[in-house]
Amino acid sequence: MAILSKDEAQNILKKVISFSKADECSATLNGRMRGNIRYARNNVSTAGASDNVSLVVESRFGKRAGVATCNQFDDDTLRRCVQRAEEIAKLAPEDPEYVPLLGPQQYLTPVSFAQSTASITPDFRAQVAGDSIAACQSRSLTAAGYLEDGATFTALRNSKGLEAYQQGTNLDFSVTVRTADGKGSGYAVADFTDVSKFDAKAITKIAADKAAGSVNAQAMEPGKYTVILEPAALVSDEGLLNRLFYELGAREADEGRSFLSKKGGGNKLGQKLFDERVTIYSDPLNPEVPSNVFDGDGLPAKKMTWIEKGVLKNLYYSRFWAEKNKVAATAFPNNFIMTGGTQTTADLIKGTAKGILVTRLWYIRDVDPQSLLVTGLTRDGTFYIENGKIKHPVKNFRFNESPVIMLNNIEAIGKPQRLGGNLVPPLKIRDFTFTSLSDAV
Amino acid sequence: MKRRDFVGLTSLAAGALFLPSIPGFGLGNSVDPAQLLDQVDTAVKKRMADAALNAAKSAGASYADVRIGRYLNQGIFTREKQVQNIANTESYGIGVRVISNGTWGFAATNDVTEAGAAKAAQTAVGIAKANSKVQKEKVQLAPQKGYGEVSWKTPIQQNAFEVPIAQKVELLLAANAKALDNGASFVNSALFQVNEQKYFASTDGSYIDQDVHRIYPTFGVTVVDRASGKFRSRQSLSSPMGLGYEYLTPKAADKVAGPAGSDITGYKMSYDMLEDAAAAAKQAKLKINAKSVVPGKYDLVLDPHHLGLTIHESVGHPLELDRVLGYEANYAGTSFATLDKWKSGKFQYGSKQVNIVADKLQPGSLGAVGYDDEGVKTKQWDLIKEGILVNYEKIRDQAGMVGQNESDGCCYSQSWQDVQFQRMPNVSLQPGKDKLSVDELVKGVDKGIYIAGNGSFSIDQQRYNFQFGGQVFYAIEKGKITGMLEDVAYQANTQEFWNSCAATCDASDYRFAGFFNDGKGQPAQSSAVSHGSATTRFNGVNVINTARKIG
Repeated sequence: MAILSKDEAQNILKKVISFSKADECSATLNGRMRGNIRYARNNVSTAGASDNVSLVVESRFGKRAGVATCNQFDDDTLRRCVQRAEEIAKLAPEDPEYVPLLGPQQYLTPVSFAQSTASITPDFRAQVAGDSIAACQSRSLTAAGYLEDGATFTALRNSKGLEAYQQGTNLDFSVTVRTADGKGSGYAVADFTDVSKFDAKAITKIAADKAAGSVNAQAMEPGKYTVILEPAALVSDEGLLNRLFYELGAREADEGRSFLSKKGGGNKLGQKLFDERVTIYSDPLNPEVPSNVFDGDGLPAKKMTWIEKGVLKNLYYSRFWAEKNKVAATAFPNNFIMTGGTQTTADLIKGTAKGILVTRLWYIRDVDPQSLLVTGLTRDGTFYIENGKIKHPVKNFRFNESPVIMLNNIEAIGKPQRLGGNLVPPLKIRDFTFTSLSDAV
Repeated sequence: MKRRDFVGLTSLAAGALFLPSIPGFGLGNSVDPAQLLDQVDTAVKKRMADAALNAAKSAGASYADVRIGRYLNQGIFTREKQVQNIANTESYGIGVRVISNGTWGFAATNDVTEAGAAKAAQTAVGIAKANSKVQKEKVQLAPQKGYGEVSWKTPIQQNAFEVPIAQKVELLLAANAKALDNGASFVNSALFQVNEQKYFASTDGSYIDQDVHRIYPTFGVTVVDRASGKFRSRQSLSSPMGLGYEYLTPKAADKVAGPAGSDITGYKMSYDMLEDAAAAAKQAKLKINAKSVVPGKYDLVLDPHHLGLTIHESVGHPLELDRVLGYEANYAGTSFATLDKWKSGKFQYGSKQVNIVADKLQPGSLGAVGYDDEGVKTKQWDLIKEGILVNYEKIRDQAGMVGQNESDGCCYSQSWQDVQFQRMPNVSLQPGKDKLSVDELVKGVDKGIYIAGNGSFSIDQQRYNFQFGGQVFYAIEKGKITGMLEDVAYQANTQEFWNSCAATCDASDYRFAGFFNDGKGQPAQSSAVSHGSATTRFNGVNVINTARKIG
């Protein structure tokens, strides 16, 4: 039930639209099947599975809109859901930011679904946890990890003739390995569209090696260092580039409250803000990080360049802000791809006279939105590099740094890797600002 | 935070920010606001609960509990002169947790019938049996007597869901107008209201019906100086509370003045949103041209709205026993407050002035409930006594691991469909026993900074090293507030910081700071918690200047 085919989904939506008496009506069906397993202290702690399909109906009378939802799809329930959306709409205040619903659109053909991932079983998840735990136990290490997988679909239809459908799958895996004495900790993380590319043992080995290698970390003076930031430090749950990617909104910039606002008014579109090696774009059809071909409004997603050779090329425009500024609206981006070279992290280490290798960053928070200055800490694998080799583990640092400054201090860019649905290279950065030490392991 | 959860919180999503699916808030389906006033008959819930418990026992469970939960939310969102969204949501379902073969199993369903409950119980037993094959340690539950049929309700005066939406919209727009009249360029305001109707039953013989209410009014004001290109913000000094709509009727007795010369007002059990919005706009304007702080060591005087977050991060989290034991190692992290430090009985967490208690009782707090989500009656207990670490925060399956035989009653789940686990209770710094006003406290400071409101916050995964900002900063020179400062953040080590605690004001200054969305677990769950304290002084803390140029 959770993953409806295009025809099954559109048949329900057609009915919904036919029941509408509003000026405009749009209907969205979202479905997901999801499963997870969690382990810690070399034991499984929790596991679960869920599936759900829900319908969202939006009805509009003039500039008034109402939303109602349901998760059963017989005619009576559908009719009641439409009626409720219409009743709520009649009571709602007029929306000064109203834009009419979109008409029919042309979409790319999505490539973001893998049947292998949609077919994952509880036994498979238990096996993953078992393999990961066994790989650590045999080395007297302790594993804590989490696997979550899911399949989703979205179908849209509205009274202006718009019709859209896409499916997707995803698998997220992360593991933290600690030594028995608590003096070493290592982390590895990966995500996939297709489970057949997933190797829990190999990922666990990376974390285990980092844990074993990070025992007895030495203290180094805080200050400015050359760093090699692995992709997990740049994207994943906490990453230095997340904040930059999601701060590309035109409206905040135009309103004067973003690092992309221009002194005296307007935004910094067209300005060179970063090192000329920095190019960042979104592409729903990239085979390594496929994503949605339309957003929640039904706007077609396509390849979109945000930063090219250090120059700000595009900003995100919602439909309202686009109309107000007489520019094209932007579909909400679902992946970010930063171009790079061919060097692996190991190659970058080889080419470094003195520096710090950072596996992961943690608890990143805004300090000053004016400069995009953020603070956070290194975690689970921080090492000193000398003459092209990892010399010894170092105690974790707190940093205060802006991704804008960082992308102007690039020494080298490695080979992009998938993480969090994005494609991001390891970066070698000079003058990265560490401001204090932490005893945390 | 996952990439897909991240989008709602940044400017990129500003156009679409206020949809029903706000992380940690609107978990349910949209409903007619009238449905938010409904209740389900307790007798009906008891029948469904018994169906689940009987099915679990028949399938071989040695223990089972069932939570039938109706989670209601209303959120009203505005910016400047307009309403952006009004979201009314309901989430209703059943979660069943069992122990079979000494292993936990959990399953949930939105089929809220006796048959649905029984089926979920059977699924949970199936999962427990499957997982028991890779399990090495059997679950040990601290003993818990059944309470029979009991109930508890948040002691509110006015159910916020009964107040007409138009009246709430009017309040938010009036607050926005106050901010705009006082020089704000932009203002966003919101009112969140939560009602958890929770029914808990277990094979221990408890049938617990609870009606829990929470409310959170908030706003953010931004002033943009186009000429210099600078912008500064000030967030509201309200707190989410375990109160009804009475929180929004300001009472003079609930207002607490900051030190002379500071223009800060703190709020206890009621909040003056209009007054605070006006003050926020004035303060945000002053921040544009405030003096940039000279980095160095300062004595800090921290107001309770600010200090609550420092307590939360540097005491509340490290004393969660699941973190100490390693269950959160892959996400939230572990803890520096290890068992050996606690067992020594002399680990000096803070100075003698530091007395920190945990509780799930204080009226008006977010943590207050009659019973937790595994049927344990709530209580108050010491965490830090005269600076010494004396206890942790723990639930039934953890007590035995530290040689205790009683849960602390701080088990919680954000909804029927998530499994309950150990969450932070209210964690509060006890006010000083001797009479001490804020002005008297400031008078003794030679070179210091008074910080009001919580701002930027970051702490490592074992809770040693932290950095905190704030909303408003004032210089203290020779015992007097001399003017506003900007670009202030302090960095410290948890143990050094709490040992630098010099004095805390008396109970007349005590009030709550609260948090609606404390995250933990995989998949992540949100919980709400309050922290009480009075204005407190910390000596010789390292302050950095956070201003950077990006060209």
